[in-house]
Amino acid sequence: MTATVEEVWAALEDLADPEIPVISLRELGILREVRSGAEGLEVVITPTYSGCPAMGQIEDDVRSTLKTRGISARVVTQLAPAWTTDWMSEAGKEKLRAYGIAPPHQTPAGSSVMRFISKPAKAEAVPCPHCGSSNTLVSSHFGSTACKALYKCQDCQEPFDYFKPY
Amino acid sequence: MSAAVDYLLHLADNALVLGQRNAEWCGHGPILEEDIAQSNVSLDLIGQARMLYQLVATLKGGDATEDKLAYFRDTHEFRNYTLLELPHHGPLSGYASSSLDYGTTIVRNFLYSALMALLWEALEKSANADLAAIAAKSLKEVRYHLRHSRDWLVRLGDGTDESHARSQASLDHLFPYTQEFWAHSPAEAAAVEAGIGVDLNTLKADWDAIVDAALAEATLQRPAAGGYVPEGKQGVHSEHLGFLLAEMQSLARAHPNGVW
Repeated sequence: MTATVEEVWAALEDLADPEIPVISLRELGILREVRSGAEGLEVVITPTYSGCPAMGQIEDDVRSTLKTRGISARVVTQLAPAWTTDWMSEAGKEKLRAYGIAPPHQTPAGSSVMRFISKPAKAEAVPCPHCGSSNTLVSSHFGSTACKALYKCQDCQEPFDYFKPY
Repeated sequence: MSAAVDYLLHLADNALVLGQRNAEWCGHGPILEEDIAQSNVSLDLIGQARMLYQLVATLKGGDATEDKLAYFRDTHEFRNYTLLELPHHGPLSGYASSSLDYGTTIVRNFLYSALMALLWEALEKSANADLAAIAAKSLKEVRYHLRHSRDWLVRLGDGTDESHARSQASLDHLFPYTQEFWAHSPAEAAAVEAGIGVDLNTLKADWDAIVDAALAEATLQRPAAGGYVPEGKQGVHSEHLGFLLAEMQSLARAHPNGVW
């Protein structure tokens, strides 16, 4: 039996990110499209960071989820348009916050390299996901993974990860 | 096609060689946060290299694969800037890991990521759509590499007498190697001609502005560039690349077609 596009979406709806299991691939914006191609159904995914070690796992997870549901579809990786944290859903951002990771700010529109570099990193206040205070400091531009920076809250003293705008 | 292949290999080799070099800090970083930062920067760079090698393999066709390009080419076939293969220390110190100098790492990452941020931004308009797609992703990553290395450059330069002296020495050692950025190779000229590549001299004023502003904040003196212009991107390398490749390639060569 051939599955429909809707059935594929439904099957993958709750598939979690292997690195941050509180958020789904769909909420992260990694799952781009399900389409009916010449050779049958295609699931389009897009990589986050170029070197993200979770990407291979994500592809495997999508394949095995479809297989368990008896759905036959090809997984296609697409680079353009480049993944951006702006695709993350509001519900997804809220789940990150509840998990202790500060969700990404909107990426600044039309930000050139020259403007990016002239703006001090301090200007981006990142509210603490634990107590909500904006009195926070960046400890390191890279946290537990490439996509996160390490911050410290000056009020509740808790360290936390910030999902960087990408 | 050849113009594209040669140009893409240059970009890929740059990313792979610096990614491999910086990964030497994994488990040896001066502090835990920087150990993690360098490993993450390396992951980004090696990821960028993989996308580029995959594209080269597609263009070359036949039995070309990303792994063959990375593991089964020799020193003279690599097209990276000489700057990126140099060890993490000054010209005269030894090879022991105890002599790794973090200032050298930071200065190099800064000089290179300032260039690549501008180059990836310009390559978003490359006539090769696949390269433009890789550029759009890589730009997002290298901006954080630039921000990270710039912050540390200021911290070290405008730090203690010791950190200032050592970062100035690293800058004096590495800066002349950046002359290679601005000297066109035949492969680059062909790629620019074909609309695939970007003439780096059109980016030099912005690179100078980024470098000069950061050095001023870091209280470091910009050295006069001059003397030997390296030709790593044409396959003429320092003695250091062979050692780096030997470490990186030995496993794949000892167990060809190995799967794990």
